Amino acid sequence: MAHADDNTPLFRFPGSRLRGACRLMPSALPYAETVTPLTLVGSGTRRRLPLSWMTLAALFVSLFALLPLGFVITVAVQSGWETVLTLVFRPRVGELLTNTISLMVLTVPLSIALSVALAWLTERSDLPGARLWAWLSVAPLAVPAFVHSYAWITLVPGLHGLGAGVLVSVIAYFPFLYLPIAASLRRLDPALEDAAASLGHAPWRVFLRVVLPQLRLAICGGSLLVGLHLLAEYGLFVFIRFDTFTTAIVDQFQSTFNGPAANMLAGVLVTCCLVLLAIEVLVRGEERYARVGSGAARQLPPVRLGRATLPCLALMALVSVLALGVPFLTIGRWLVAGGAQVWRLDEIGLALGQTIFLAVAGGVLATVAAIPMAWLSIRAPGPLQRVLEGCNYIVGSLPGVVIALALVTITVRVAIPLYQTVFTIVTAYALMFLPRALISLRASIAQAPVELERAASNLGRRPLNALWVTTIRLSAPGAAAGMALVALGIMNELTATQMLAPNGTRTLALAFWAYSGEIDYAAAAPYALIMVLASMPLTWLLYVQSKRMAGR
Amino acid sequence: MSFLEFHSLEKRYGPVAALSGVDLAVEAGSRTAIVGPSGCGKTTLLRLIAGFEAPDSGRIELDGEVLAQEGGSVPAHQRSIGLVAQDGALFPHLTIADNIGFGINRHEAGRDARITELAYIVGLDKAILKRRPHELSGGQQQRVALARAMAVKPRLMLLDEPFSALDTGLRVSMRKAVAELLEAAGIATILVTHDQAEALSFADQVAVMRDGKFSQVGTPRELYLRPKNRMVAEFLGDAIILPASLRDGFAQCTLGRIAVETREARDNARIMLRPEQLLLKRTAREGMSGTPDMLFGEVVELEFGGPTCMVAVRLLNSPDPPDAAAIANTPLILRKPGMDAPTVGEIVRISVSGKAHVFA
Repeated sequence: MAHADDNTPLFRFPGSRLRGACRLMPSALPYAETVTPLTLVGSGTRRRLPLSWMTLAALFVSLFALLPLGFVITVAVQSGWETVLTLVFRPRVGELLTNTISLMVLTVPLSIALSVALAWLTERSDLPGARLWAWLSVAPLAVPAFVHSYAWITLVPGLHGLGAGVLVSVIAYFPFLYLPIAASLRRLDPALEDAAASLGHAPWRVFLRVVLPQLRLAICGGSLLVGLHLLAEYGLFVFIRFDTFTTAIVDQFQSTFNGPAANMLAGVLVTCCLVLLAIEVLVRGEERYARVGSGAARQLPPVRLGRATLPCLALMALVSVLALGVPFLTIGRWLVAGGAQVWRLDEIGLALGQTIFLAVAGGVLATVAAIPMAWLSIRAPGPLQRVLEGCNYIVGSLPGVVIALALVTITVRVAIPLYQTVFTIVTAYALMFLPRALISLRASIAQAPVELERAASNLGRRPLNALWVTTIRLSAPGAAAGMALVALGIMNELTATQMLAPNGTRTLALAFWAYSGEIDYAAAAPYALIMVLASMPLTWLLYVQSKRMAGR
Repeated sequence: MSFLEFHSLEKRYGPVAALSGVDLAVEAGSRTAIVGPSGCGKTTLLRLIAGFEAPDSGRIELDGEVLAQEGGSVPAHQRSIGLVAQDGALFPHLTIADNIGFGINRHEAGRDARITELAYIVGLDKAILKRRPHELSGGQQQRVALARAMAVKPRLMLLDEPFSALDTGLRVSMRKAVAELLEAAGIATILVTHDQAEALSFADQVAVMRDGKFSQVGTPRELYLRPKNRMVAEFLGDAIILPASLRDGFAQCTLGRIAVETREARDNARIMLRPEQLLLKRTAREGMSGTPDMLFGEVVELEFGGPTCMVAVRLLNSPDPPDAAAIANTPLILRKPGMDAPTVGEIVRISVSGKAHVFA
């Protein structure tokens, strides 16, 4: 699941700003209450009713979203302390933990260094073709992580272990850091750098003392995203034979179904995620990094690279070759080698159809489930809403394998008819991608302030009609964008699909996985190509969105 | 040799000439204001002085040292020139104390004492030092920015519209406080602003800038009363500009015979009066008869504005008939004290105090 999980940290900035803007709402409330008795006696209660329905719905969705966490805790409690101890404190878990920590400790700093360098070069220097390089630095996101891995393993068959894991992970995930860092660099107030220079600091010290500290928020958010992906990723590490908790859980699941061993590993994995979230909160701190002043920031003249231009271009080219050249060359090579016969159109058509069906269903369900939460966070923010929203984000950061394991166990124990049904897999998708839908929806509902709805009522529209012509119409594009984000995430999902989908399901990712598992790399290539092409719009959207975040 | 000098500075951004030949001399310890409409090149000039950008041609000298000339420019961090930007540009990730001490070496002895002293000088409470920039009001942020710039003992202080983000009352008091502070420290200062009142009240020397050039440089009084041209006159305040013929130290115009500084004789001259030179005295319609050399007008519009109000007066007679028709259609706009202002329809006698300025 290359693009699984949420992009929460990427977008945390506008989100929190929106929340601030919503504090304006309560001041408008007394006005509404004093006015209603004069105009329509019954409307006061009628207006409050949908709100409470909304609260209930949001509560329901959030509690439902907490199922996987509840599952982990329940299993631990049911197994008893002794079993937990023996299953958790054993050499195998220690080995996996060492693997995971080494992977994180190497991949995250490397990705940060690479992303800061690339972002600085594309945003701040006079590097020739900076816009093209900026796009090329984001484009690797369009290639699912397991396709990256597939490309490398077919190119260098001996590739395996920690070194390989770090290499492919950096290449597959650095854009998650590059995007927010580049956006922050663009948004930084150049007046600060001028001020530092006028206070007698040489350029490199200005960078260390003024620029870098202000990138902290972006670096924290991006690192969290990369870290969560490292914990959740399955396909990437299976290709290069590097064991992580996720691969171990899937292995266990395939051999012993939902035995206690797999469940305990899931518990450790969830703990890792929570630790990661906590570290990010601690490092990020409560500081404010926004521009203090008002007015538009002037644009800094780009730094002249001079003689360094060629080495910098070489770095850019090297990264692009590794991150884009390798996957595209490999896919191309296998397509050529496979010729026309790998295009088994009936099979590909079937997989495409199933994938689109699941993606659309999951997208719709996630968006519908996100409506109450998004509505609440804009129209009635408060402590309850903050807690509920926090729940949703934590669940969104859980690996797909944990959610899948939880749903398998629950359906098998409580609702066996639902086991391996479309309903269950779509529910899993909705849980995994809820934050994506939530963020888009929330932003778009914020675009439709309640004042517009009131204005429509004032002009004589009935309540429902007023709602339709203002809020719903205005938030439709955001909802659609959120749906697209979810759908594209589902398209490349592998782990949960593998564990939950009804027998005989063959999505693009599953077909790709099956063929490459049989070392039939040529037959897998068309599926890889379709997934990459389908991910292009998502990548473009992220790129444009990050530009817009910076006000350009 | 002055403290700071520029010689024919030029700077282009692509096809746009931001500066086209600017010369200026600033004396040590003095205050200079550069004022002009937005886009006139004043911020570019400031950035050249600060060293953020290099001029295309021309020379900048500070205290005998060449800062920039063709083929070379001292980088900003080696110039020791202080800057206070429009919104303070405080570092959001640092406390106020660290902001003020940013330019002081972190291992320097007595750094904390110096920070406290600077905070005291700019009138900041000590308790504020532990806070963050966003917790401060706009005025406080500007004080911090000033203290931060003064910490490195700059040779020259640049103020880039530092008061424009503050509200009116605060703006005036901050301007006064900053002027006094920099004077006491003996630091030469250049203020860039688009607010003419600010420029006139702050500086010893004012330069009016337009289209990348200085239109006129001089003392505030000189610029206000003897502007070189219509643009300078109107930029620095309301002006009444009239065609006139000059003879024997007087100008003959629609407002009658007005004293001028020059004794030259010229037929097609233009003179300028500041509206405050026109005095209004209430009278009645009957008072108009039998006084052909006196000037009368009717109040056609009145806008009350508290301490002052705007009075529009239409001339009723003119000693200079050929132009009377033209001026009668455009009323004179004057600002008068709000107390005892005339009412619409009232007849007033108009007289001129002081001399008119003649444009060359």
